Amino acid sequence: MLRVTRGLAAIGAAALLLSSGQAHAHGFAGDRFFPATLQTDDPFVADEMSLPTLIKNPADSTGGQSYSVGVDLAKRLTPDLGLTIHYEWNYFQPKGSPAQYGFGSLDTAVQYQLFVNAPHEMMGLIGLGETWGHTGAINHGGADDHTTLSPTFDFGKGFGDLPDSLTWLKPLAITGNLSVDLPTKVNSAGSLNQNVFNAGFAIEYSLEYLQHHVQDVGLGRPFDRLIPLVEITTSTPLNRGFNSTTGLTNGTGQATTGVVAPGVIWAGQYYQIGAQAIIPYGQGQGHGVGALLQLHFYLDDLFPNSIGRPIFSW
Amino acid sequence: MTHRTLSGLALAGVLGCAGAGAAHAHAFLDRASPAVGSTVHTPPTEVRIQYTEELEPAYSTAHVEDAAGAMVSTGNAHVDPNERSVLIVPVGALKPGRYKVIWKVLSVDTHVTNGAFNFTVAP
Repeated sequence: MLRVTRGLAAIGAAALLLSSGQAHAHGFAGDRFFPATLQTDDPFVADEMSLPTLIKNPADSTGGQSYSVGVDLAKRLTPDLGLTIHYEWNYFQPKGSPAQYGFGSLDTAVQYQLFVNAPHEMMGLIGLGETWGHTGAINHGGADDHTTLSPTFDFGKGFGDLPDSLTWLKPLAITGNLSVDLPTKVNSAGSLNQNVFNAGFAIEYSLEYLQHHVQDVGLGRPFDRLIPLVEITTSTPLNRGFNSTTGLTNGTGQATTGVVAPGVIWAGQYYQIGAQAIIPYGQGQGHGVGALLQLHFYLDDLFPNSIGRPIFSW
Repeated sequence: MTHRTLSGLALAGVLGCAGAGAAHAHAFLDRASPAVGSTVHTPPTEVRIQYTEELEPAYSTAHVEDAAGAMVSTGNAHVDPNERSVLIVPVGALKPGRYKVIWKVLSVDTHVTNGAFNFTVAP
């Protein structure tokens, strides 16, 4: 922790020395503010932190129950180049067996903001995610014994450019991400490590956009900062036991799975709060509904002159 | 000092700074007169836009266009000296029709936000 503290101090000092000028920051494309979504990656580089993210997963197919506590940090190196770090602690209570717990794998990513189109409220980002092997409790925390690389494309689109005849659809926005997980090891303890295609989407209806950009409908605080949303994720194995014809696996792998997560985000000036239900679908998934609660800080607003700025301003 | 204690102190520091009033944030539009998307029967002489943060006057601007895209604001937008979170745009005698307010502001922490909204003057 001391090393981390010194590192943050150095980042802050460097930011003060090297950064200048006006700053665009988290999720803006023209009139559109994109909040940090809860299940899917964001299409923008940012200086933000989620602390904590609390998850009660849906019970698995055997009735086992798991929970996790996570932290995420996003830091811009330049206005268009950023890093993200994710770490979480997991607790798993199998049915009829002792509980297991420990840290999961450390996830990082390098991201580059490809474009931001203000008039059409669009943005795109490419990145390379890394899930690092041997960075958590492999036997108890669900961590991996191998590193996985995940090239990613994330995008966002707001619909404020719709014609005025479609006024009530203008607050809509969609964000999404497409990625492929490429494990660097074929087999772990008898289980195949498959290449997996992931797609995730978030459909948002921003009451902030409605109230302040389209039509004053009389929403006051806190309702004028609410963003109801539904997120949908899907993961499909691409090889190593997956039968693309039947959609099922022949052995140790898994079929297409995902979650549907309806929820709401309240986005304030310095932080946002998000809550979602988590509903699983797909072969081998459990029953019931999970839940997520997240507190998310906008570091660029909290610390605009230090760690909230890009380290380098070019 | 334990890892947990250090983590708690770090979080307390973050939240303490957040609550200390030293931070500033993106300037969101809070309310406007004429209201966003509204229809008014008395033509306004100015458009007032209230933001959630104080503005940098030199880098905060707005103008008003009619439905044909012609400028109808009659002077530069200026920040209200008595209320630095308010931007004022003077407009001429507005005929019945639809108007668009286009704004771009710089909050005092150098964050830029921009936006636009319509209002209608009815006969």
